[in-house]
Amino acid sequence: MKLTTLLTSAAMALGLATAAVAADKTKVGFVYVGPVGDGGWTYEHDQGRKAVVAEFGDAVETVYVENVAEGPDAERVMTQMALEGADLIFTTSFGYMDPTINVAKKFPNVKFEHATGYKRADNVSTYSARFYEGRAVQGTIAGNMTESNIVGYIGSYPIPEVIRGINSAYIHAKKVNPDVQFKIVWAFTWFDPAKEADAAKVLIEQGADVILQHTDSTAPQAAAQAAGNVITFGQASDMSEYGPSPRVSSIIDNWAPYYVARTQAVMDGTWASTDTWDGIGAGMVGIGEISDAVPADVKEAALALKASLADGSYHAFTGPLNKQDGSVWLADGETSDDGTLAGMNFFVEGIEGDIPQ
Amino acid sequence: MIRLEKRPQPSRAWSLATPLVAVLATMLFGGVLFAVLGKDPVEAIRTIFWEPLFGEFSFYYRPQLLIKGAPLVLIAIGLSLGFKAGIWNIGAEGQYIMGAIVGAAVGLAFYPYEAWYIFPLMVIGGALGGWAWAMIPAVLKVRFGTNEILVSLMLVYVAEQLLASASLRFLKNPEGFGFPGSRNLQSYESAFNADLIEGSGMHWGVVAALIAVIFAYILLNRHMLGFHIRLTGEAPRAARFAGVNPSRLILLCLGMSGALAGLAGLFEVSGPAGQISIDFNVGYGFTAIIVAFLGRLHPVGILLAGGLMALTYIGGDIAQSNLGLPSAAIQVFQGMLLFFLLALDLLTNYRVTLRTSEVA
Amino acid sequence: MDLSAINPVLLIASLMVAATPILLAAIGELVVEKSGVLNLGVEGMMIIGAVSGFAIAVETSSPWLGFIASAAAGAVFSLLFVLLTQVAQANQVASGLALTLSGLGLSALLGQNYVGIRPPQMGKLDIPLLSDLPVVGPILFGHDPILYIGIALTAGVWAMLKFTRAGLVLRAVGENHDAAHALGYKVIRIRILAIMFGGACAGLGGAYISLIRVPQWTEGMTAGVGWIALALVVFASWKPWRALLGAYLFGGVTVVQLNLQAAGVAIPVEYLAMSPYVITIVVLVILSADKSSAPAALGRNFHASR
Repeated sequence: MKLTTLLTSAAMALGLATAAVAADKTKVGFVYVGPVGDGGWTYEHDQGRKAVVAEFGDAVETVYVENVAEGPDAERVMTQMALEGADLIFTTSFGYMDPTINVAKKFPNVKFEHATGYKRADNVSTYSARFYEGRAVQGTIAGNMTESNIVGYIGSYPIPEVIRGINSAYIHAKKVNPDVQFKIVWAFTWFDPAKEADAAKVLIEQGADVILQHTDSTAPQAAAQAAGNVITFGQASDMSEYGPSPRVSSIIDNWAPYYVARTQAVMDGTWASTDTWDGIGAGMVGIGEISDAVPADVKEAALALKASLADGSYHAFTGPLNKQDGSVWLADGETSDDGTLAGMNFFVEGIEGDIPQ
Repeated sequence: MIRLEKRPQPSRAWSLATPLVAVLATMLFGGVLFAVLGKDPVEAIRTIFWEPLFGEFSFYYRPQLLIKGAPLVLIAIGLSLGFKAGIWNIGAEGQYIMGAIVGAAVGLAFYPYEAWYIFPLMVIGGALGGWAWAMIPAVLKVRFGTNEILVSLMLVYVAEQLLASASLRFLKNPEGFGFPGSRNLQSYESAFNADLIEGSGMHWGVVAALIAVIFAYILLNRHMLGFHIRLTGEAPRAARFAGVNPSRLILLCLGMSGALAGLAGLFEVSGPAGQISIDFNVGYGFTAIIVAFLGRLHPVGILLAGGLMALTYIGGDIAQSNLGLPSAAIQVFQGMLLFFLLALDLLTNYRVTLRTSEVA
Repeated sequence: MDLSAINPVLLIASLMVAATPILLAAIGELVVEKSGVLNLGVEGMMIIGAVSGFAIAVETSSPWLGFIASAAAGAVFSLLFVLLTQVAQANQVASGLALTLSGLGLSALLGQNYVGIRPPQMGKLDIPLLSDLPVVGPILFGHDPILYIGIALTAGVWAMLKFTRAGLVLRAVGENHDAAHALGYKVIRIRILAIMFGGACAGLGGAYISLIRVPQWTEGMTAGVGWIALALVVFASWKPWRALLGAYLFGGVTVVQLNLQAAGVAIPVEYLAMSPYVITIVVLVILSADKSSAPAALGRNFHASR
């Protein structure tokens, strides 16, 4: 007997067994790339898991494995969860994409949800958040508040997700402040708080009085506070302990509504494979409270932008927009399609410097 | 007062018994740790050690043990040869990365052309990549007398940066929508290191690991070079008189361990992992050092130790999922295992005697 | 490109901060290695220091108590290494790795309740007049106290090794433990003290990261600094002042490359990121001409057989 059939039959046998034993108990698995104590990416996914527990109580059982390396380890952990009777499995890192697809093939009755990827199947959905909408709000505040007209931006790796954020922030900063200039530093690490602290300090020393970060630690917040007169935004989690200043607002990864909804769908038997890319409107991207350090009119403008993004009346990438080399990207009034955004590998016109290639 | 007396010969009985005692001690203290964390200690230990081997889903976990253990054994065998001779290559992680990069690059150079010889060429590329990376500390040591521990360790970090570079630039998948990482070799038939029997976990890396164990056993017990290696480690001066050429030995030992680590990287990237990515390396090179010591630098011991280590990883993940143990607790558990093993090694080489005090 | 945006004074000042954790850990390890012991567990001791210092500082609201606790925790944790290598005569390379592995796991367990908390701040040295001086002020008189402790430790270790009897004994033990034993020195006892000193320094270095440089607690936050410290000791050829210089160079490479990026200079980041390691290898090769620098008994265990 082939392993695939063996696995499937085992899973089916188990599925039947669990269905018989606890028809009302839905098992949801979470695979995390980092520790739940990272205070950022994985921490927020785990908050989403806790929201599922809080919502459904005894009707669900959640399990998770943290620090799962991308590759064969991830594949094994997913298989293990499926074997142990999970009905729904959230795989929360881009690098889990191929493993998720592989495991999903073996367990057609288990539903998989892969974060930030682009490969789907009948039992694999993908979901991601339009963090660039939050970046637009940040850009508006940044452009208004900078006095030196220099905004510092700490990037992790030059990947579409990060580039999208930079472009969105820049476009909206420029809109309210034509003289604004972005200084971008690539840390080339997902996680190294000390290096993030250095990056923030360097940007501040070079005149930046607003720091945007696409890394998860609070190191830049502390650096900004030490420098004084610099504002920052929380990333991934609210980082409200640094408010009201330097942290004036934040982008919060809020997976809870999505996790609750998808769990509900599995319970109701209405789950279907989809590609979800939600933003502020659906609540997946949270904008942390804009503090009193922000002047009232700026706050108002930011909230207005947030509202227009939320109700869909405005798209963060609306033409006329040119690419960095001056060629036309979007004509007047045209909005970007999701495909271009998903694979974004260019800066918009006005940003200086090259994307490391 | 407790005193230690060096045994004239390492005790054979203790050398066999200490790993068992160490595992038992780890279970005991690990159990205490799990109890402190509010988990059922017996259940936790049972989940880690029993579940993957004989549990309900062992038909799946047993092949996984091979997949997880093979790179550890392959690398550890290579390291043990050097360690026996007192040559400390602790940069296997870097050699593993370089083997993967070179091997994958060879395969991807042919894409999408299919031919039987592509995989063998990749294997050669992987071995050469690891070998070349290990030759840097080897040549520097022979030529300038630099410390190979530090040079090989430094090269790990250099290799990690090259890996990032490969994922983001020169090996990046042109059809990957701009995301970092190479093409997936699992979907490129000529380059895919698939299970030889589907679902068995037996890929070429497992075969290579088993061959390496046999090879090392014969080398150490039946071959002049093996004798020289052991002699150099135990009595460097005597080795010199016996005509051992230390430079040659350094080049050979580091070269072999590098090539084996490179092979492990190649088999991993072309099989279970599938692609070059920024986080491709997961510490096999460092864990293999632990495996080498756990196995007492003996080929058969290393084979068992690799299996044991793989067991704690797989069992640990099951315990996380089923019992909610944090992954840090598993890490401490593994640290304990190594700790007890090293500490109890004392009994192999020394006799503990109780004696009335005498100023030492 | 706008190189004028880089302010050399601030660059040097922030480079000193970036260098301090590496320096603290390296000075400790330098003493350990001078005694003939190679402890690869620096990373593990650092992160134990980072979490203990953070926890105590938060609980007592006193960064000073946090730093004292971190040194104590590092020293206590290094006793595991003592137990393995000095009592049980285990291999030092493997024991060091065991220490790092356990330290990373243990710190994550200990720190579970301290994620997302902001620690109490340690004030900066602020000497009227001196701190306000141009150029000299920010570089020499505008830092936190621990940074000066790091420099003082460097000076202390240098003086101890060069001028005191204790330094002489330490070096003798590291050069030839059999001869030192024959002369009546307590080899094991001296090495234990050296290892504990190394642990305390590494603990301080870790706490510097979690309390001053970042400051926050997250799992694995030392992110490899301990390994850099190990490289630094060799880079410095076991000489304290060179360790200081090297720490500034190592810390400086990161700060300078970030500065160049921010100024818009197109640099291949990975190649700069690997440069400290390549430089260390080059230095190793250059130093190899000077055979006297490395402690001769480095990494070898001692057992007084009689």
